[in-house]
Amino acid sequence: MPEDLRTRSYPVGIAGVALEQLERNVADDEAPPLPPNARLSVIGQSTARLNGPAKVTGRATFTVDVKLPGMLHARMLRSVYPHARILSIDTGAAERQPGVRAIHVIEHPLGRAQELPGPGEPGDAHRRVRYVGDPIAALAAVTPKAAQAALERIVVDYQPLPFVIDLEDARRSDAPRVFDRPVRTEFFLGPAPQLPQHGNVHGPDTSASRGDAAAGLRAAELIVTGEFRTQVQTHCCLEPHALVADWRPEGLTVYISTQFTAGIREELAEAFGLPLNRVRVVVDAVGGGFGSKSRIGNYVLAAVELSRKAGAPVRLALDRHEEQIDSGNRPSTVQRIRLGARRDGTLTAVAIEAYGTAGVALGASVGNFAQSIYECAAFALEQSDVFTHAGPGCAMRAPGNVPGAFAYEQVIDELAERVGLDPLTLRERIDASPLRREQRRIGAERFGWSRRQPPGSSPGTLKRGLGMAQSHWPALIQINSSCEVRILRDGSVEVRSSVQDIGTGITTVLAQVVAEELGLSPQDIAVHIGDTDFPAGPPSYGSRTTASITPPARNAAYRALRLLMEVVAPSLGTTAERLIARGGRIGTLDASRSITFREAAAQLRNDQISAVASRSDDYGGFGRRMGDAAVGRMGLGGVQFAEVTVDTETGRVHVERVVAVHDCGRPMNPRQIESQVHGGILQGISYALFEERILDRHTGHMLNPNLEQYKILGARETPAIEVHVLENYQGNSATDAYGIAEPSIIATAPALANALYNAIGVRLRALPMTPAAVLTALGRVPCGSVPP
Amino acid sequence: MLEKTPSDRPDAAQRPEADTVGPHAVPLTLRVNGMTHTLSITPETTLAQALREQLDLTGTKIACDRGACSACTVWLDGAPVCSCMVLALEVGAREVTTIEGLTDREALHPVQAAFIEHDAIQCGFCTPGLIMSCVALLKRTPHPSEHEIRAAISGHLCRCGTYPHVLSAVLAAARTEEA
Repeated sequence: MPEDLRTRSYPVGIAGVALEQLERNVADDEAPPLPPNARLSVIGQSTARLNGPAKVTGRATFTVDVKLPGMLHARMLRSVYPHARILSIDTGAAERQPGVRAIHVIEHPLGRAQELPGPGEPGDAHRRVRYVGDPIAALAAVTPKAAQAALERIVVDYQPLPFVIDLEDARRSDAPRVFDRPVRTEFFLGPAPQLPQHGNVHGPDTSASRGDAAAGLRAAELIVTGEFRTQVQTHCCLEPHALVADWRPEGLTVYISTQFTAGIREELAEAFGLPLNRVRVVVDAVGGGFGSKSRIGNYVLAAVELSRKAGAPVRLALDRHEEQIDSGNRPSTVQRIRLGARRDGTLTAVAIEAYGTAGVALGASVGNFAQSIYECAAFALEQSDVFTHAGPGCAMRAPGNVPGAFAYEQVIDELAERVGLDPLTLRERIDASPLRREQRRIGAERFGWSRRQPPGSSPGTLKRGLGMAQSHWPALIQINSSCEVRILRDGSVEVRSSVQDIGTGITTVLAQVVAEELGLSPQDIAVHIGDTDFPAGPPSYGSRTTASITPPARNAAYRALRLLMEVVAPSLGTTAERLIARGGRIGTLDASRSITFREAAAQLRNDQISAVASRSDDYGGFGRRMGDAAVGRMGLGGVQFAEVTVDTETGRVHVERVVAVHDCGRPMNPRQIESQVHGGILQGISYALFEERILDRHTGHMLNPNLEQYKILGARETPAIEVHVLENYQGNSATDAYGIAEPSIIATAPALANALYNAIGVRLRALPMTPAAVLTALGRVPCGSVPP
Repeated sequence: MLEKTPSDRPDAAQRPEADTVGPHAVPLTLRVNGMTHTLSITPETTLAQALREQLDLTGTKIACDRGACSACTVWLDGAPVCSCMVLALEVGAREVTTIEGLTDREALHPVQAAFIEHDAIQCGFCTPGLIMSCVALLKRTPHPSEHEIRAAISGHLCRCGTYPHVLSAVLAAARTEEA
């Protein structure tokens, strides 16, 4: 063993089921193994949010609340055509408007698939807009009103071009092309080989396939098939995308509502040719992101350009209409699934053909759900993106796996029915996860699964149904995640990282981790985050924040504490190794001598001691690593049970109750975890029953670009929810903790669909499951008289 | 239901004297959180904009700007309204209460304390508006049923999904008041 490694014993397994000790060889400067939560005093407790008082009093500063002296207000000019060539733009009249300080014309827009340079093909001399809302220009003026008035004086000479909005129309070989040339293939998780492109169809991507699915299907004793459709969903963050850009000769400062300060800094530095030390990105409170505030977009570049030109800070906040048409969305999918199985329910083959549209972007994927969740040696997945003249999709809470699970978990239920097994019994046979086995057991008991009746047997017009579905999400880790812990001479403690708190509660969790290590209480810890002047933290997406930043936070606290103990050990007549910090004191292991933490800090020679730690590799190694990201060996999961009532006269589906059983490694703050699981379930219900972006196929305009016609769930549609979280230890990091945002949304829509089937005996294979769709499925209204 | 009172217009005596005002800025007196402010606003300015942009009371949030989400909820004479749907000029002599004026500087209202205790907060953007509606509910219905709480906040949109914890927080706050 190398000298800097040490053998240590970690708890592994599920608390309350089976916990064992596992020996790992771990770097010497890692904090020692943490016992299970039952033996900790701060971690695992439901510490109240440290930023709660600021948020309930309105004092929390969101980006839209930032006001700088001399700040200008910017607005963006957007295309009114779904596809057009811009022959000319005349900004002269706008420039002469009172109060206008700068105008920027967008020439190379981001946020869409990028065409590869073609050999010998002359580039189009004119920019093309490719969706309604495609940004063309931006201007900054002294008031928002002056900016809007001037914007209307910009004259754009459009040459409208043929366009295609409908997914099926876009697949036809004679459809108007969104892109003339092949676009660069991009994947959420790392580089990918260039995929073929025919017309508007980019793909198929078959890289997830394994084994011989054709042979598996031939060997099957029965085959279950199904075609599923999911809609486009928009993120609907309540705080719009917003920033204040402040360009000065000495550097650029950007206040921005973002899920990733450190990433925004890197992107800005690259876009404007600035060194990293001249770019600072700052955010306090973030009013929702759900994937859509992960990267810089055209609005960010425009505001920075305007600030540079005007020599003044520029505020740019999208309005609700802009949010709906151009801040990202969850792409649609069509999924055709063939499942080959034996009579005992075990799978011989899974074959999935999928396509969907992310508008002018890539990303209409069905994720890694079907390929990961159940055992099957023969798996074939062909998935394609179809370009349409519609606003770009982007990551949205559990991208791919949400539509993927909606389809796949229904097919699994259909298989269970075909082979005469209870849905839980079938999953016992084909799901190797020991976590989900325990989750099914707990969930079935709490939910009362034994009450479930045969499909369609519910009497009367108000029919009741029970259903369940499962979740799978990879355990993602941002390796480039660092955290500093400072102990100041007055005994106070600071945590510093650029990681941002978008409402998930990482502020509080960081205080808990550091307090546990230092023997203090979370209220003693000042958490300073959301600023790239601090060590670079992880993004708040991919459910990776907790897994990425809590181990470095604990290691930094551990190392800072060791330094403090070295200082105070002589005064306690011992050595640092024989000291322990607990209950606000530092003392000898036998508790015979101790001083308060404050007294200890007072012995510091200088004003502070500091330690910075970065995310080390998982002790058991990563499954995969791509750039700054890695995938843990064990995925995250969950099982959800839903009880619905369906009014067969009105078609209305009401969710009565959801029981959710999840895992996220070591649970750090149970109440905050419960909050996030509520959020996943409620967004899942909203997706399943209410939400749909509707584009007019004749104009390309969104018909419900607001929050009154684009329906999202409210308090009246909120069911009773019970959340149970397992404590699952793997001995993989200094905290062994993971996120839960994404695992908590994946199973909801299919659990509702399975419950709905159980209630009415007819399966709905398209989202959203509106009253119209239910009545159509029941044959209460003629097919085609209402939207599917 | 959330009371939306744009129809509850100030009587004639409180209206500006001329039938037509603007388009230029006009003077306006607003009573907000017990203080009287004299502002100069253009007539199309909403109460939400006046509070945020002129009085720096940024606890009132604008999310949809058309009365669909209730994030901008404040009280007019104690009744919750969407301040994005009220013109500042319409307010007249009515007293405006915002989240900043809910309690004295230091103390938390029991509903605010319960929101923290029950973690009825995630991103926090909709939170001030929700609190304004929940406190107004408890003022007129000190012991609401869960159903009444759902009805009182049915106009509020929370994309993070805090509703279950909002329900438990308000029920707990009502019990605390009782005790």
